[in-house]
Parts: sequence; C-alpha cells; structure tokens
Amino acid sequence: MANIGLYIELKEGVFKKSNRELLSLVRKCGQNGHAVVFCADLQPYLPELRGIQTVIQVKGTDLAYQPDRYAQTLADIIAEFKLDVFCGIFSAQGKDLFPRLAAKAKASLVNDCLAVDPASRKAVKPVYSGKLLAEFQVNDERALFTIRPNVIPVEESPADGQPEIKTFPFNAGPVKTHIVQVVKSAAKKIDLTEAEIIVSGGRAMKNKENFAILEALAAVLNAGVGASRAAVDAEYATADMQVGQTGKVVNPKLYIACGISGAIQHFVGMKTSKIIVAINKDPEAPIFKKADYGIVGDLFAIAPLLQEELKKKL
Amino acid sequence: MNIYVCLKQVPDTEASILVKDGKSIQEANIKWIISPYDEYAIEEALKLKEKTPGSTVTALCLGPERVHSALRSALAMGADKAVHIESNGYLDDQNTAQALAEVIKADSAFGVIFTGKQAIDNDSYQLHLRLAENLGIPAATNVTAFTVEGQKVKVQREIDEGAKEMIEMSIPCVVAAAKGLNTPRYASMMGIMKAKKIEIKKITLSEIGVNESQNKVQLLKLSAPAEKPQGRVIPGEPADAVKELVRLLREEAKVL
Repeated sequence: MANIGLYIELKEGVFKKSNRELLSLVRKCGQNGHAVVFCADLQPYLPELRGIQTVIQVKGTDLAYQPDRYAQTLADIIAEFKLDVFCGIFSAQGKDLFPRLAAKAKASLVNDCLAVDPASRKAVKPVYSGKLLAEFQVNDERALFTIRPNVIPVEESPADGQPEIKTFPFNAGPVKTHIVQVVKSAAKKIDLTEAEIIVSGGRAMKNKENFAILEALAAVLNAGVGASRAAVDAEYATADMQVGQTGKVVNPKLYIACGISGAIQHFVGMKTSKIIVAINKDPEAPIFKKADYGIVGDLFAIAPLLQEELKKKL
Repeated sequence: MNIYVCLKQVPDTEASILVKDGKSIQEANIKWIISPYDEYAIEEALKLKEKTPGSTVTALCLGPERVHSALRSALAMGADKAVHIESNGYLDDQNTAQALAEVIKADSAFGVIFTGKQAIDNDSYQLHLRLAENLGIPAATNVTAFTVEGQKVKVQREIDEGAKEMIEMSIPCVVAAAKGLNTPRYASMMGIMKAKKIEIKKITLSEIGVNESQNKVQLLKLSAPAEKPQGRVIPGEPADAVKELVRLLREEAKVL
C-alpha cells in the first residue's frame, strides 16, 4: 500500500475549504493517508481529519510561512514517513511551495491537476490554458501533485476514524527567500480561484465607478468580482481581478459574465465553471455560444434587476 | 552584473490548438510568440541593466530550431547575448531546470535571473523555482514589483486577492514575473538591425549531460476537452427574462 501525504493549508489559522477535496481524494483512494498540519493546536481541525490514518502535526515557536522553512520541513517529513505521493492545493501558497519542495525532495511534480490517481501516479491537467488536457504518468520514486480548487467532489468527514497523531519539529533554519511583511488589501476580497460564484465585467462597464453595480450584485450572491482583460487594460478593474489566459483561472459553480464578448483568452480562464450566464447587448457576441443561459440586453438595466430578484427570494 | 533571462516560445494566445497524434499538437498554422510572462521578464532584465552600468543581459531559450525567432526578438528588445539549448522533444521540468542551471552555472558571476511565472503552453508553474533550488539561490514568483538596493533585491508578489508578500533576497536570485510588473517595450528598428548581427550560441543537451530519456514525467495523452453544449438565450422583456433566469438557476441548474 502506498503512503499518501497531503499538505493541509491554513490561512491565518483558518482551514481552507479546498482541503476537503484533498481529504476526500485520499479517503477514497484506499491508500495509507497522512495529513500534515502546521499548527500549535490541532484540536480545531481534528473533526475535518477523520478517516485519515495519520495526522502529522508540525510544531514550532514561529510557524509563519517562509517558503524555505516550509519546503525543508515537508521534505524532511516525506523522507521520514516514506511518503510515495504528496498532494496539495493549487493555491497561491501551493504554487510557491510545491516546486521548491519537489526540488528539495528530488520528486516529480504535476501542478494544477483536475484528476489524480495516487495509486497509479497518473494525473490529468489542462495545458495551453485549458485548450487541451494532458494526461501525465509520473515514473519517479516520489510524485507530487497540486489540485485545482473546486474539481474533486467533497464528501463529509466520517463520524468515526480518529487518526493516529504524530508530531514533527518545524525546521526553523535560515531563510534565503525572506518574507519580511505580508500586506493585506484594505477591502476584504473573495479569493476568485476558490469562489463558488463570480460576477465579472468587461469593457462594456465603461468606467471604474460602474463596477459598483457588479459589486452590489456580487454582495447579494456572496460572490467574487472578476473582470476581462479589456476591462483591466482600460483600468476599470485591478489586475488581481483579471480572469483569463494572462489572469486567473477560475472554477466556480456559477459565473455571470456582464458585458464580456467572450474572447478565447477570457473563455479559457472560466470555461470549467459549472454554469455560465452571459449578459450582453450584442446578440452576436461569442459568449452566447459558450453560456448555459444568456440574456440579450443592457447590463446596466439587467444587473440591478437581477440583484432585486435574487434579494426577493433569498 | 551578468543578468539572465530564461524564455520560452509558445503558440500565440489566439491560436486554436489541435491534437496531432495524441501526444503532440499540429504546428502547421501556428504563430509562435514569446510566452507573455517572459516578456515582462525581458523588460525587467533590460531595466536592471540600464540602472547597473557594465551589465549584460543574456537570453536563454530551450527548444527546437524555431526558437531562434524568440531569441532574435529578445535581442531586438535589447538583450546582449542569446543562447539556444537545442531540444526537439518533450523535456520534463526537472531536466529543463537542470539544463538551464548547467548553462548559467558556467558563468561564475551570474546575477539576477528573470523568468515568467509560467509558460502558457504546458502551464507547469515550476521551472523557475526548480532552477533556483538547482542553483542553490533564493527565488520569488508572481512578482509585480522589483527593486535592487546594493546586493539586495526587494520584490513584491501577489498572493491572494489584493494581498501581497514583501520579500528580500540576496543576489544571485531568481525573479519570476507576473502581469503588472512592467510594460514590455517594443523593439526599435535599430534594435532589430543590431539583433541580426548577434550570433546565437548553440548548446546541445548532450554537451550539458541532459537526456530526454531521463524524463520522469511522461506525457501519455493530449486531448481536447469536451465541449459544452450550446446554451439558450432567455427571451422576453428584461424583467421577465431576469425572473426566468433566477428560476432556472435555482430549479434547473441548482446553483443557487
């Protein structure tokens, strides 16, 4: 039986929702699961970790994220516990951590997987910005995978199956890549790559101020607000809001595109959304060919109506 | 400072990508470009060179013969030297990082190495960090601001929505560029003329001890994802259409 490890990502102590996808994958694959959590107190997370054979709690006096320390600690854990496969979330931190870990652990890594079979070490991931899918086989002693959020069906943590708990010391060695400060944005924004609903605006928004219309709609849906490249280049929206080939790849259950024509570069960033809604004045806009539901009309009229309608029944 | 920039040649972002034989793509009608994030890397390398008298920028590119056009573009933008590492097949990230590291290591005085945060063909998001680990130097990825103060590099990188990490590293180091770092310049006519006269140095994989047969990640299959069936446009006056849309989202799609 293979030893499968997974990195439980905490964000300021909060258990990231996508961890549940990794846990579901590991519970289902019938291998020997090991969940690694960097924390001073494991108790709050234990209910989520049932059904996993072993939990490795990494303890240290200062567990602040420094990539060199995290990567070295995980490489030590992979060696100590003889983990054959190690998985994580394809998040901002995952993208920073896993390639470093792969190099330190002399392992192969496939990032941004849509499907992983830990036993056979096969994975499917999008390439060419999702225009194609590639299936890879890892023939290395150790295989690392990061998994795109919102792709693996989540199963509830089982009622029993307490894991065996082990502790491991945090490697607080010197840091070469030194994070001296983390600056949070003034406005609390929803992480688009993990968002369940996204409302997105294009060039038709006309200016920065009009994005308030989408923000109001998003607030009713608890949604994130995205933008097309055209809207970002015109400075109606900030670069961190851009969805598409040179922006973020998102995977929500509902994506509402307002005044977005639907160029291929935008489409590849949101095509895996479960449901796509298009609102556009131009009935010939390519977005209508790709949307599940479309309304031909002026977004400045439709978006507020939609907001009212949603408020009514929620 | 001996500044390096690693770039990759990829299909144009507008290109339709079709599978040829299950493992490669049809290249016949593809227009090849420098991967967009690598253009930010070139620009930042050139800016650093301009600020640091006596510096040179060397562009490195691994790939088949056609990548000469990418290297010529980098030279036309202002790079001083170009190195082509010849590779005709698929090379996995461990091998690619090793190949680039071998070439850079040959220069004992290498300084900052710039790359893009990802290449938009394989989207494998790891080459830059592997390269740094291979060379035993620090690295930052998804970088949106870069400054040098003496022997120290200060960068800002975007993490989650709007949040940023401020990172300090000593030189040499790897900096992987993201959108927002700068606006890449266009090549001037003079730059294009000058670039034509610069010789592109060729290095084979065997010269640096890298071999495709050492690949540990094997591509099994390329395929086109399933297309979504075309959806429907909801007819009627805006207020009615919106009512119907909300009903469909709740009852049919069950996403609300």
